[in-house]
Amino acid sequence: MSALQPVIDPAPSPVHVAAMPRPRIPWRALTMVGALAAIWIVFSITTEGTFLMPRNLSLLARQMSVTSILAIGMVLVIVAGQIDLSVGALAGLMGALSAMAYTNRDWPLPAAFLMVLALGALLGAVQGSLVAWLKIPPFIVTLGGMLVFQGALLGVTGGVSTSPGRSYVYIGQRYVPATLGWMLAGAVAAWFLYRAARASGLKRLQWAGSAAIALIATGVMNAYEGIPMPVLLVVVLAALFAGAAQHTRFGRHLYAIGGNREAAFYSGISIERHIVGVFTVMGLLAAVAGVVLTARVGSATSDAGRMMELDAIAAAVIGGTSLLGGQGTVWGALLGALVMASLDNGMSLLNTESFWQPIIKGGILVAAVAVDMVGRRR
Amino acid sequence: MALLELRSITKDFPGVRALDGVSFDLEEGEVHALCGENGAGKSTLIKILCGFYPTGSYGGEILLRGQPLHFRTLKAAEAHGIALIAQELALVPELTVAENLVLGHEPVRRGLIDWDAVAAHAQTALARVGLDIDPERPVKELGIGQQQMVEIAKALSKDARILVLDEPTAALTDTDAQRLLAVIGELREKGVSSIYISHRLEEVFQIADRVTVLRDGRSVATHPTRDLSTDKVISLMVGREVKNLYPRPPHSAGTSLLKVKGWSVEDPVNPGRQVLRDIDFEVRQGEVLGIGGLMGAGRTALVSSLFGAARSRVAGRLSVGGGPDRGPFESPAEAIDAGLALVSEDRKRYGLVLEASIAENMTLATLPRFSRRGFLDHEAREAQVKAQSDALRIKAPGMFAIVNQLSGGNQQKVVLGKWLMAQPRVLFLDEPTRGIDVGAKSEIYQLIAALAERGLGVVLVSSDLPELLGMSHRVLVLSLGRATADLAADGATPETVMAAATMKV
Repeated sequence: MSALQPVIDPAPSPVHVAAMPRPRIPWRALTMVGALAAIWIVFSITTEGTFLMPRNLSLLARQMSVTSILAIGMVLVIVAGQIDLSVGALAGLMGALSAMAYTNRDWPLPAAFLMVLALGALLGAVQGSLVAWLKIPPFIVTLGGMLVFQGALLGVTGGVSTSPGRSYVYIGQRYVPATLGWMLAGAVAAWFLYRAARASGLKRLQWAGSAAIALIATGVMNAYEGIPMPVLLVVVLAALFAGAAQHTRFGRHLYAIGGNREAAFYSGISIERHIVGVFTVMGLLAAVAGVVLTARVGSATSDAGRMMELDAIAAAVIGGTSLLGGQGTVWGALLGALVMASLDNGMSLLNTESFWQPIIKGGILVAAVAVDMVGRRR
Repeated sequence: MALLELRSITKDFPGVRALDGVSFDLEEGEVHALCGENGAGKSTLIKILCGFYPTGSYGGEILLRGQPLHFRTLKAAEAHGIALIAQELALVPELTVAENLVLGHEPVRRGLIDWDAVAAHAQTALARVGLDIDPERPVKELGIGQQQMVEIAKALSKDARILVLDEPTAALTDTDAQRLLAVIGELREKGVSSIYISHRLEEVFQIADRVTVLRDGRSVATHPTRDLSTDKVISLMVGREVKNLYPRPPHSAGTSLLKVKGWSVEDPVNPGRQVLRDIDFEVRQGEVLGIGGLMGAGRTALVSSLFGAARSRVAGRLSVGGGPDRGPFESPAEAIDAGLALVSEDRKRYGLVLEASIAENMTLATLPRFSRRGFLDHEAREAQVKAQSDALRIKAPGMFAIVNQLSGGNQQKVVLGKWLMAQPRVLFLDEPTRGIDVGAKSEIYQLIAALAERGLGVVLVSSDLPELLGMSHRVLVLSLGRATADLAADGATPETVMAAATMKV
């Protein structure tokens, strides 16, 4: 703090005026959008436009799908003041189990999927119970979980990759037909515009903007092969969980628990049940991510999903989630995942040597949070 | 028949009997105060009443309208119309006022939260306590007094018939506290009963119909308030007569220790506005200068900015111990070097490392003094800590006891000890007795007096008027960031201080 020249302030009563509600501008989100725009501009110049080609943007969208699914769950976990380090390994394990059940054991496809969804949820619930009832810190429980799942993955695959048949990889590699894509986008955009008409001010702008994004994104995807199935899945899951976070008791209670655990407790909220619940949801989403990963890559390998938990955490944090709990949004996490995927994609296009990629991503992660902290102090 | 009856409640913790056959009853439409020193068992008793400790974990029984109650959760207690307003604020800072008001029982339609119902609910709840704020604001933007009212609104909105208020005014200004008491009075007219716990005995006498005193886990006495006096309640609480609570040392105007001129501090949230404007004052050797004023008047900003801990721009000149005139300190480290020490308002947040021992906490500010060639000299350190703990009469199993496990009064003594180790010339005390019991308060007053007699300059910020007037030689009163009065102790009365504190400038 620097010394200030004596200031004669003509405004009366300096203390009690601060109560006026100010319109809340989502600075954090705007900074993120600005950073994303900057990254895209740099890459479109350095790749001479290749980055912005529909073909590449479609690839980008597919590349971010697995991280996005994990990040959707991770936001909820972190908002509740928890952390889950096991999701990458769990996704790998679930992907492999479903592929092996379908290919080697000839299970019907729905049965193979339902089995891993149930198992993922169960393993999430087990970890959540250890955190909630035995009071083991989530960092430790899920670090242990990560190691267990990694070992199990190696054990069940025996180090051999499994390539499931065509119907399995459908969900990872097919596209929504263009007409159907337009119909979906039109319906969503119409609903957004309806909301925009009923809202006012900043909210109206947000709804109208969302409608525009839905239409533009669909246009870009259809200019290539159509909306990729995994991307459609991400959007549906994000809408579902963003809605759950904002408009259900369970969602709001997660924010309350992460924001002030005591207050949540004294309000009669069962902290234990919510923690088990959020880890269960995370396990379920990890299983979905594992299936999508296997389908997209076309095979289940013994190191699938490794380090993906960190990408998911980074996406959530870049997207405005506070590791202290109580703050964060699903849409922000998707934005964060898009930033991370854009960096990967752009650097690959530029043939940047692969060692640079984690270095740049790490730097961006810390810088994003640094900008936010400085901005908050001002 | 009483509305609520607790019969010979006994509760054991490992190694300690916290409650020993306590009986207590509450009539319909009654405010019944529960008094006792910290550790007397008040908190345990209300935790049992509110379902925090489930049936079976204690002895005795609870009867509501003659029916025995058995519950295991706070929610079950709430279902019986018993609502707790806890000592620590139980609000979620990131959520809006409206969301906090419905937290735990949000209105739901088809699985989704019904936001229209939430807004309507919030409006009624806020109106009930006469609070005029935008329910869409996040709670973290509210002042602490407003937050407390939100919390009471929340309890009332659960259709509580019995309110259990644990130190509800501990963090409030007199005006806010008076408003709260008025609300409790209105609720009594409507048949809502309250169990009222407070260390502020004036409030107890103002609002309570009956008083029950707990001491060492037993109920010592229950009397109608009109049959009691403050002195009587205090002597029941401590089990001995307390005479002369405020031992103000004789005035001896020594040399000047701290001179402050033209002190102005910017508002950290709204730069350009000032929370303090053009404050001048002086503290002399052996003098206790009281700083009075309402919440938000800038008292805490004054002491923290002098201590180099402001988070906004500061202007003005000061000189310590007759030294040269200088600008504001840039950091607490500079202020400590110059001989200042600050015992801050919120000891848990700013004053203590709760998971660390007494010894570690006490030497936190003075560690360099106990190191030799970069290593700690544990013997020297422990000897000094021991001496200081004895001098302060800290009650603890030893100097390696974890601070978290001490009572509020002993924690405050540890903070004091930490600063006394630094051998300051001027000691700032910001609300040093908030939330601690009368016995410990009295010891802290003795200590302040002893320090002043040793020649320290003491600056005492307090919302407790009797304390402020009883301990200070002079009282500087702030109102809306301006100094509105500098009163000598003999001339100051609660009325003159309040008049200056509410003066418009």
